[in-house]
Amino acid sequence: MKKSKAKIQMKALQKSSTGIRGLDEITGGGLPTGRPTLICGGTGCGKTLLAMEFLLHGASEFGEPGVFMAFEETAEELTQNVMALGFDLTNLVARKQLRLDYVRIDRSELEETGEYDLEGLFVRLGHAIDSIKAKRVVLDTIEGLFAGLPSQAIVRAEIRRLFRWLKERKVTVIMTGERGEGMLTRYGLEEYVSDCVITLDHRVMDQVTTRRMRIVKYRGTTHGTNEYPFLIDQDGISVWPITSVQLRHEASRERIPSGIARLDAMLGGQGYYRGNSILMSGTAGTGKTSVAATFADATCRRGEKCLYFSFEESPSQIMRNMESIGLKLDQWEKKGRLQFHTVRAFYYGLEMHLAQMIKAISEFEPDVVIVDPISGLESTGNTLEVKAAIMRLMDFLKMKGITALLTDLTVGSNAPETSNSDVTSLVDTWLVLRDLELNGERNRGLHVLKSRGMANSNQVREFILSDNGVQLKDVYIGPNGMLTGSARVAEESRDRAQQVSRHEDVERQQLALERKRTAIEAQIMALRAEFCAEEATTLRIINQEQQHKESLVFAEEEMGRSRQHDAVKQVEGVAHKIGMKVRNQ
Amino acid sequence: MKSHNLTSPDIGQPQVFRLYVTGSTPQSSRAINNIKTICETYLKDRHTLIVIDLYSDKFGAEADQIVVTPTLVRHSPLPKRRMIGDLSDTARVLSTLGIGHSQTVSSHET
Repeated sequence: MKKSKAKIQMKALQKSSTGIRGLDEITGGGLPTGRPTLICGGTGCGKTLLAMEFLLHGASEFGEPGVFMAFEETAEELTQNVMALGFDLTNLVARKQLRLDYVRIDRSELEETGEYDLEGLFVRLGHAIDSIKAKRVVLDTIEGLFAGLPSQAIVRAEIRRLFRWLKERKVTVIMTGERGEGMLTRYGLEEYVSDCVITLDHRVMDQVTTRRMRIVKYRGTTHGTNEYPFLIDQDGISVWPITSVQLRHEASRERIPSGIARLDAMLGGQGYYRGNSILMSGTAGTGKTSVAATFADATCRRGEKCLYFSFEESPSQIMRNMESIGLKLDQWEKKGRLQFHTVRAFYYGLEMHLAQMIKAISEFEPDVVIVDPISGLESTGNTLEVKAAIMRLMDFLKMKGITALLTDLTVGSNAPETSNSDVTSLVDTWLVLRDLELNGERNRGLHVLKSRGMANSNQVREFILSDNGVQLKDVYIGPNGMLTGSARVAEESRDRAQQVSRHEDVERQQLALERKRTAIEAQIMALRAEFCAEEATTLRIINQEQQHKESLVFAEEEMGRSRQHDAVKQVEGVAHKIGMKVRNQ
Repeated sequence: MKSHNLTSPDIGQPQVFRLYVTGSTPQSSRAINNIKTICETYLKDRHTLIVIDLYSDKFGAEADQIVVTPTLVRHSPLPKRRMIGDLSDTARVLSTLGIGHSQTVSSHET
C-alpha cells in the first residue's frame, strides 16, 4: 500500500538533484525534473553560480549533461569564474558533458525591419541540447532578450513558447532573473514559471551581509518555507539548514572526562555525559579558555576529535597561551584531531556564523565542539535571535551526539549566575567560574550550578592555573567562609605545622613509654634477684633445720634405746615440735 | 580605408549578405522575397546573397550570433550590419545599408 503510494508520488513529481549541499534538503530532493525553475535575486546574490553548479554537479555526478546559455558572460569568463571553485569547464566541454553558448544581443546593432520571432534561439538551443543529449539547461539570464530586442510583445510571446517547448523536450531548466521593483523579477519572468521559484538574497544588516535563500513556491511538493542562510566559499554554494527542531535525540549514558580529574569527581565522579551541552560562564579572566582547552586536550588525548570555535583569539595565540599551563595543543592539531575555526564575530551575521559552524561541524565530524565564547555571537543579533540560533546549534549537536562546551562571558554588574546569552535553561551542565575575593586577593573559583542527570558536588572549589594545567584545590573553610589564595596557603601550612607537631608529640610519648618499660623491667629484674637470694637463704635454713631434726630424732632414739623406754610416743612428740618450728619461719 | 568605409560605404563594392531563416514560415518567405527584390533593384550584380535555413544548418546560428529569425547580416563591406524581421520596411533596410535615393543617383553618375 505504502509502496504504491510512493510510486504514484514518484510519477507525480520527479526531482533532479542539484548536488548543492543543503539545497536538495530544503527542496525535498532537488528541482522539478523536466520543468523550469526560476532563480531570482539582486546583483551579486549568486544566481549564476547556483545555476552553474546545478549543471556541473549534474554533468559530473549524475550523468546529466547540461547546456549553459549565457546572455551576460562569455564562455571564457564563465570558465574563469568557476575555475576558482575547482571545476574544469574546458574538460567537461571536451567530454561533451557541458556546452556553453554565449548569446550576444546588442540592441544598437539591430535594426528592426518587420515581423520576426525567436526561432533562431530555439534552433540554437535545440541544437546545443541535441549535440550533447542534455538533460539540464540554464538560461542566464533570459532577461537579456527584453533589453536586446525592440519589441517586448514579441519577446513575451516567444518566451512563453520557449518554456512550452522546453517542457516538451523534458529538460530541467533553471532560468535566472534580476530582482525588480515590487516584483520578483524586473520583467515579470515569474509569470512564465509556475513550478518552482527560488529567491536569493544578499542582505545587509548592521553593516553585515547575510546571504539567504527562500523557496517562494514549489508546486506539487512540500518544501522548507524558511529563509535559509547559505554560503559561497571555495567549495561553491552550500546551504546549512537546521531542519530538525524536534527533541528526539538519543541520550547517551556514556561519560567523558573533563580533563580535570577533580572536576570529574565533582560531576558524580565520571565527568560529563557524552552529547550533553555544557555551559561555562564566568567574568573576564576566570579561566574559561583554560578549562575549555583542557577539555579539548583531554578529548584529543582519548583519540577523539575536537572542533574549537574561537571568536576572540587566533589559533596560535590560544596554543601559545595554553602552553603556559602545560597544554601542548599543537601536537593534536598536527595529528588532525584538533581543528580551530577562528573568526571575528562581527565579520558575519548570526545566520552566516551558524551556517559556517554547521558546515565546519559536518565536514570535520568532531566528537566535541567548543565555542569560545558563545557570547561572541551576541553582537551579531538581538537576544532572541541569538538564543534561537544557539538553540538550533545545540539541537543540531545533540542530534549528532556531539558534546558541546560553550563558554560565556559574564560582564559588568551581572551576577555570576546569569548568562547574557540566556541559554542556561537549554544546557545540561552549567559550570560557573567566578572570582573569589578575600583578604585583598582575587582567586578563581569553580562550582557546578547544575548538572542534569548526575549527582554533583555543591562546593565552590578554588582552582589554580599551574604549569601542570588546571588544578582544583582542597576546600578550606575558615570562620569567614571559604579560604582562597594566600589565606588557603596559610591555612595549609598551619595545618602542616600542626600535623608535624602532633607527630612529634606522639613520638615523644612513644619514647617515654619505652623508657618506662625499660625502667620497670629493670625493677622487675632487681626484685627477682632479691627474691632469688631470699629463697636461697630460706631453703638453706629449711635444710639445716631438717638435718637438725633428723639428728635430734636419732639422738633421742639412741637415748631411748639405751634407757629402754616406750619408743613410739617419744618420737611423735618430737616430730610435732619440729613441724611447728618450720611453719613459724 | 576603414574610416572611409564607416562614413560612406563604397557603392561599387559588392555587398555580401547572409539571410538566416527557419524553414518556410511566412516570415521566412517574405524576408527572402524582400531582400531579393531590394538586391535586384539597388544592387544589381553587386551583391552576394546566401540564404541559410537554420533547420538544416544548425551551426550557423551560433557562428553569427543569431537569436532572432529572420536575420539579415551584411558581412561586407564593413561595418557589419544586422537587420531583424521580414525586411518589409524597405526604407529602413536601405538606410541601414546606406543605400539611399541620393546615393543611388550618385552611383549612376560615377
